[in-house]
Amino acid sequence: MADTTVGCTVNGVARRSTVEARRTLADFLREDCGLTGTHLGCEHGVCGACTVLVDGEAVRSCLMFAVQAEGCEITTVEGLTSPDGTLSPLQAAFREEHGLQCGFCTPGFIVSATAFLRDRPHPSEQEIREALSGNLCRCTGYQGIIKAVASVAAEGRG
Amino acid sequence: MTGMRYVGQRVVRREDPRLVTGHGTYVDDLPARDALHVAFVRSNVARGRIVHLDTAAALEVPGVVAALTAADLNGLVREEWLDYEGPPGPGPRREFRLLADGDVRFVGEPVVMVLAESRYAAEDGAELVDLEVDPQPPVVRMEDAVAPGAPLVHPHRSSNVAGRITPPEDPELDAVFASAAHVVTETFDQHRYTCVPLETRGILASWDPFRAQMQVWVSTQGPHGVRTQLARVLGLGEHQVRVVMPDVGGGFGQKMFLVPEEIGVPLASRLVGRPVKWIEDRRENLMSGQHAREDRVSVSFAVDGEGRILGARADFLENVGAFPAGGASSIGFSSAVFPGPYRIPRYRATARAVYTNTTGRCSYRGPWMVETVAREQMMDRVAAELGMDPLELRRRNVVRGGDLPYTTAAGLTYDQVTAAETLDQAADIAGYDAFRDRQAQLRAEGRLVGIGISLFTEPSGIARGTLSTEAATVRVGFNGKVEVVTSSASHGQSLETTIAQVVADELGVDLDDVMVVQGDTATSPYGPGTGGSRSAVLSSGAARTASRRVRDKIVQIAAHRLEAAPEDLEVSAGRVSVAGTPVAGVTFAELARTAYAAPETLPPGEEAGLEASARYSPSSPFTWSNACHICTCEVDPTTGEVTLDRYVVSEDCGVMINPNVVEGQIAGGVVQGIGGVLYEQMLYDGDGNPLTTTFVDYLLPTTTEVPMIEYGHIETPAPTNEGGHKGLGEGGAIGAPPAVINAVNDALAPCGVRLTAQPLGPAQIIAALETASAPAGERSH
Repeated sequence: MADTTVGCTVNGVARRSTVEARRTLADFLREDCGLTGTHLGCEHGVCGACTVLVDGEAVRSCLMFAVQAEGCEITTVEGLTSPDGTLSPLQAAFREEHGLQCGFCTPGFIVSATAFLRDRPHPSEQEIREALSGNLCRCTGYQGIIKAVASVAAEGRG
Repeated sequence: MTGMRYVGQRVVRREDPRLVTGHGTYVDDLPARDALHVAFVRSNVARGRIVHLDTAAALEVPGVVAALTAADLNGLVREEWLDYEGPPGPGPRREFRLLADGDVRFVGEPVVMVLAESRYAAEDGAELVDLEVDPQPPVVRMEDAVAPGAPLVHPHRSSNVAGRITPPEDPELDAVFASAAHVVTETFDQHRYTCVPLETRGILASWDPFRAQMQVWVSTQGPHGVRTQLARVLGLGEHQVRVVMPDVGGGFGQKMFLVPEEIGVPLASRLVGRPVKWIEDRRENLMSGQHAREDRVSVSFAVDGEGRILGARADFLENVGAFPAGGASSIGFSSAVFPGPYRIPRYRATARAVYTNTTGRCSYRGPWMVETVAREQMMDRVAAELGMDPLELRRRNVVRGGDLPYTTAAGLTYDQVTAAETLDQAADIAGYDAFRDRQAQLRAEGRLVGIGISLFTEPSGIARGTLSTEAATVRVGFNGKVEVVTSSASHGQSLETTIAQVVADELGVDLDDVMVVQGDTATSPYGPGTGGSRSAVLSSGAARTASRRVRDKIVQIAAHRLEAAPEDLEVSAGRVSVAGTPVAGVTFAELARTAYAAPETLPPGEEAGLEASARYSPSSPFTWSNACHICTCEVDPTTGEVTLDRYVVSEDCGVMINPNVVEGQIAGGVVQGIGGVLYEQMLYDGDGNPLTTTFVDYLLPTTTEVPMIEYGHIETPAPTNEGGHKGLGEGGAIGAPPAVINAVNDALAPCGVRLTAQPLGPAQIIAALETASAPAGERSH
């Protein structure tokens, strides 16, 4: 399998690596960059646990090859937290509203919601539901997740 | 001496900061230097003879190190049994084999284990394994498994019956039926659906020949069960096996016991002398990671003229697949719990569990719940037969406070349940009577709206056999801070928070000064794992008991030091002081230093150190919680789509430790139940091929389908444990399916439709409506 060089910025850090052409962006982030907050729940683009921002857009990193990220800026869930550990408004709201239990789906939800609230800071509840319908959670019944995103939107903290 | 400050509060979770930032550590996140990665070659035939198996081409793939077959691995399994099963006896055993050997018995059965330097290379190798199977007719449906002349799933067994319950005939019950004003009989089918934790299974194992130790990191519900089982498999002492349960991405029953693939990983590690890692992919999880539900229950009720149930009969048929997980057959529990929250004076149940050439059954959140699914549909069926409102029928039969203690006709005793209260509270919150008025108006407009009730008791805090106990060690460190080591560990249940709440209150310290440590057999006492809705009762009971022992010690030492009577002391925020004179006090840190470093200054007879352990068992094998679910829905007759409007849960889980966690457990279970009825189905074709092995085919509910759940809490302390807690981790998934089914059937009632099988997807509803609207002569049955 041919190896290819990929250069991109991940959470503000410039990276250049040699990877197999078929290596997924998710595997690149998890294994080559050591950023294991991006989770793999289905590897076929439905569950959304692997969602990251690529040039600001929420993308399923299991459906992209690492080499397709050439020249891109990538933000993972780890990159949403301040360097001093202060939680982002959405991260804090997920905690406040009991928006997670096992936590496996949580990074994907938080990354998806971050992109959504940036583009649509004052959504209706229905818009929140539609925006998050591409992420699966099996523990919470989505109750706290919807409330968390709504609370950040209501406070204009997105 | 200490008021409760944390128990009962909506404390935010200690687990969350690492999980919301991507710094949790699930098994696939662990460093696995030098590990070999596994891909399995699986059978694509449900039943057949292996006529050719060649791994040579796979071994040519760069990076592939080994391709292990049954000949390599199956003989290495020394003993395979679970703690709760006990050593093999003379009777038939749970069917088990590591890799398919000579024949295959379900699609997805592992045949070859390919080990390679990367998962990519392992999958390349797996693709090149040459496996040829001569197909034979499979048994797929459970009714076919018990048909005369059915092929045998396991050729060495005399039939496909895996388990059977046949009590003696009951002439008195027969007489009740013979003389009853009404006899109502119905058969209910529950389709196959399953747990689907967002994190699939995963295991990393590393054999250390120099320490003669197997170290395992595994996504499980209980590390100790894994350890004792693997010790037997490997022929090692349990002290030679260390199992670590890192962060776990949900289990819901599926991760209570290991599947053969997981057992193969440590065996392979010892065989090849390298760490070995397997992360199940989603296709594997849906195809062969084990399934749940799939039952048929035939029920008869004898009822008097006023709607009082006089007697019941039930017959359970359960599909356990080819290789069920330990404890997966629920016929014993289902048939025992069936009478539920009603006064049913006489009852007889028969049951069979049957093998089929499908993926094995596993436990799933309320594994016995088909009893509630069938009984609560039956209540609505009887109400319709009598022309009575379903709420009124339940009120006439529900066990009330004055009946307690109440022993059901199946012999289970409720010491303290509030079924009638939750029924009333849920009906009140849902506005039941007002809904009926509005429903009449909407029906007049041609709209299909319905309301469904589900009422049940939940056998929580299960404490029987190997599930009897949990343990905890509480220690105050040299600087006065508290560490709690628990035997069982959380995989989403929030125990790092709730156990800390209990301990902080019992000891009289700030919550931030308590750390809960869990999940490593090297540090934690034995415990069977998180399941059976046991943690609130057993794990908190152990932590509470150990905390009280430490606290007694703290008070004794402080009394000696302060020259005060123990009963005059107050403990608060990690400090002991004399009541009324708060300046006269001593901190936990000072007491700890005394206890560890100046034992000569302790009260006479007081043991040095400041820690205590406790192993806890509640005073009853079951701690009954109870709940009532009521939901409303509308069915679109054009598309067949069901929309849930309101969803109300009234429950009694005794003293709540953390209402956020209580409501979170309810909501998660409810939405799993909603998904099970409306969207999820594991489908097989007639040849035993699974048709739903992606999330495009197996549909989980999302944010756009779920209603916001409304809660009512009734808190009556459980008499079985000092904290008064009752478990409720499974109830959501038990109560939701029949509430939704009953609501949909209520909505469809004007069309003359009553569905007794699920899922209730658009296709099923449209088909039923078309059948109902066809002229009678054209209807197919």
